[in-house]
Amino acid sequence: MISFVLRRLASAVPTLFIVVTISFFLMRFAPGGPFNLERPLPPQTMANLMATYHLDQPLWNQYLTYISNAVTGDFGPSYIYKDNTVAELIGKGLPYSIQLGSYALLLALIGGVLAGTLAALRQNSVLDFLIMSVSTVGVTVPNFVVGPVLTLVFAVVLAWLPAGSWGDGSLRFLILPMVALALPQLAVFARLTRGSMIEAMHTDHIRTARAYGLPPRVVVVTHAMRAAMLPVVSYLAPAAAALLTGSAVVETIFTIPGVGRYFVLGAINRDYTLVMGTVVLIAIFVIVFNLVVDILYGLLDPRVRHD
Amino acid sequence: MTDSRETILAVRKLKVSFSTPDGTVEAVKGIDLDVKAGETLAVVGESGSGKSQTMMGIMGLLAGNGTVTGSAKYRGQELVGLPLKALNNVRGEKITMIFQEPMTSLDPLYTIGRQIAEPIVHHRGGTFKQARTRVLELLELVGIPEPKRRIDSYPHELSGGQRQRVMIAMALANDPDILIADEPTTALDVTIQAQILDLLNSLQAKFGMAVVLITHDLGIVRHFASRVAVMRRGEVVETGATTDIFERPQADYTKMLLAAEPRGRKEPPAATAPIVLEGANVAVDYATGGGLFGGSAGVFRAVDGVSIRLREGQTIGVVGESGSGKSTLGRALLRLIPSSGRYRFGATNISDFSRSAMRPLRRQLQLVFQDPYGSLSPRQTVGEIITEGLYVHEPQLSRAERDKRAIEALKEVGLDPAARNRYPHEFSGGQRQRIAIARAIILKPKVVILDEPTSALDRSVQGQVIDLLRALQKAYGLSYIFISHDLSVIKAMSDYVVVMKNGRIVEEGDTDAIFEAPRESYTQTLMSAAFTA
Repeated sequence: MISFVLRRLASAVPTLFIVVTISFFLMRFAPGGPFNLERPLPPQTMANLMATYHLDQPLWNQYLTYISNAVTGDFGPSYIYKDNTVAELIGKGLPYSIQLGSYALLLALIGGVLAGTLAALRQNSVLDFLIMSVSTVGVTVPNFVVGPVLTLVFAVVLAWLPAGSWGDGSLRFLILPMVALALPQLAVFARLTRGSMIEAMHTDHIRTARAYGLPPRVVVVTHAMRAAMLPVVSYLAPAAAALLTGSAVVETIFTIPGVGRYFVLGAINRDYTLVMGTVVLIAIFVIVFNLVVDILYGLLDPRVRHD
Repeated sequence: MTDSRETILAVRKLKVSFSTPDGTVEAVKGIDLDVKAGETLAVVGESGSGKSQTMMGIMGLLAGNGTVTGSAKYRGQELVGLPLKALNNVRGEKITMIFQEPMTSLDPLYTIGRQIAEPIVHHRGGTFKQARTRVLELLELVGIPEPKRRIDSYPHELSGGQRQRVMIAMALANDPDILIADEPTTALDVTIQAQILDLLNSLQAKFGMAVVLITHDLGIVRHFASRVAVMRRGEVVETGATTDIFERPQADYTKMLLAAEPRGRKEPPAATAPIVLEGANVAVDYATGGGLFGGSAGVFRAVDGVSIRLREGQTIGVVGESGSGKSTLGRALLRLIPSSGRYRFGATNISDFSRSAMRPLRRQLQLVFQDPYGSLSPRQTVGEIITEGLYVHEPQLSRAERDKRAIEALKEVGLDPAARNRYPHEFSGGQRQRIAIARAIILKPKVVILDEPTSALDRSVQGQVIDLLRALQKAYGLSYIFISHDLSVIKAMSDYVVVMKNGRIVEEGDTDAIFEAPRESYTQTLMSAAFTA
């Protein structure tokens, strides 16, 4: 198991390198730059700025510098938030985003699995139809619609919950952004679970379990759900990545000081280093979650156990 | 003698129906059946006879669209319509089941020890830990070697035969009154089949439970059952003691079933008949595992130095259990897979022929597969399927000529020529296999390799396909290599037999010699396993 994890982490290095390289050059080939403002800067000022940030050097030189700095954990200064390095910005925002994201992931996973299982066990019933319709809405309605609607209903009209901000970080403040962030993923989990549960309930070993008089709870939970969880677990990694990127919108709506807004602002402002920092962050997230998925998979299914 | 026994399961007017988009389908049409204490009742029938669905209906295991009506009383207790909770006190405790496919019938995610313990814990109480001693006892009882080590194995770590033993251990766990075995050996090799049946037999003698054996295999019935119920199209056509059914069958269908056992034998060709296909020292390797992070790569030798000579008009039967390399040998002889060895087709040395060099020869070297469902494209009409080869090998033919050839080929295999405008799914298994044969013979081949062509078919249909193959051989002087695990079919089809095991030839010789006086102990085991009846 340990050697498996180490092997996987080692193979993450080339992956990260490729991701960094591609995004570095893509970003540079996009038109515009960090100092192209609506009102153009005087040429001398522009030249000074470019020199300060070494943007006047050949591209491959900049690339090598970036890579060698990044290896030591130095992702450079942000061009827009001039008083901060990229590492500082991400370091400040990340705890908020991680807390919000992990709550949302838990909510999406537990809610989705429960809803999907119920729908599968009552296949083609009114309940099934209802759950699947709601989850279609969950997938199709974007969270910049869900967020304001939730705020309107629960914060403005009913005044049950605060409308935004991190506040004191208590659950009260987190509920609405968490729901807005989780809903699309919850819907996907529900659909996945429903499908794989229906399939699992039709397998031969479920017939065996029933033929041996095992109580329905054991048949469903012990035997069917464990098998049905395999495809659900594989979706954890893409879901985690989607939550991280989805936080851009939700954190803005609910004014939460997380890292989400940097994804958008960095790209719009051509803040090269900030974009690179967020790209690396997302890549690490996806790699780590994929590893977690593989480990979970091994725990759930003895046929793919890693030794 | 059996009549004096008490009836413990009385089935009366039992009906099973399924609601489908095309309306209600009656799978079981009001049957009566008695199971007496301690007896072995065989329920025999071909696919679709309703033999399995009868038992599923009684046990409350029908698919979601199935309904069961009528009566099935177990020691006076009505099972049909019994609430789930009460039914669960009978299932797995008084009446237990084993199924056809032991791989899929066991949960792949739990150890076998835990799965055997489950019915004990749920019916008798206690913890899984407490049940462990009993599980070890059961594993010992069903002949799993090293139970202490095996108890924590997962199903995929066991062989097919061992898995079925695990199922049997599960079935015995609570000392059942009735054990229903639904085609318990169909998915297993013959030698394993015999072991499993012997095990069931000895356990029955020891514990005295009744066994309901659902099967299509008359050999098994004759050997193991005391009474037989013959089913056809959802009805019981005949019931009686096994000896009566086999010696004095009453119903026409029973007579037909008995007569459908493959019979006859094939005369060998003249010793001077020319050799049409020869493979010398054939070897095939498969790579196993390997890859960048997957550990060391290995090589598995599927066929290991086999030599075979096929004469004109000859049928060589290749027998072996799964994994013996017999199908791989067939493909190697046709030069369809990378292999080493020397090959001759007629007078031509084809050892070094490339794919494109082989192409012109392909029309004379045809292959018919086991699965008549998977080997016909569902999106082509039968006419398109069987004439496809003509486009390649006789491109000069006009549309009308091709159609004429299709009609001839279909007539030849005993199908209505109108079939060429229909699609494969409209045909039964036996008809599909005829279509596959038509596709092979339309090219007027010299050699046809038949890879388990009758294994997916019911016995009565098997007989017809064998008759057809023999007639075609006689008419066109075809040479066959007939690959099968089914010895009775091999005996009826071939004049020369090759017995394979682990990629090598164990024994070969004229059919009579192999069947009547096998020299090697493996062949002897194979024979005694197959002809226990």
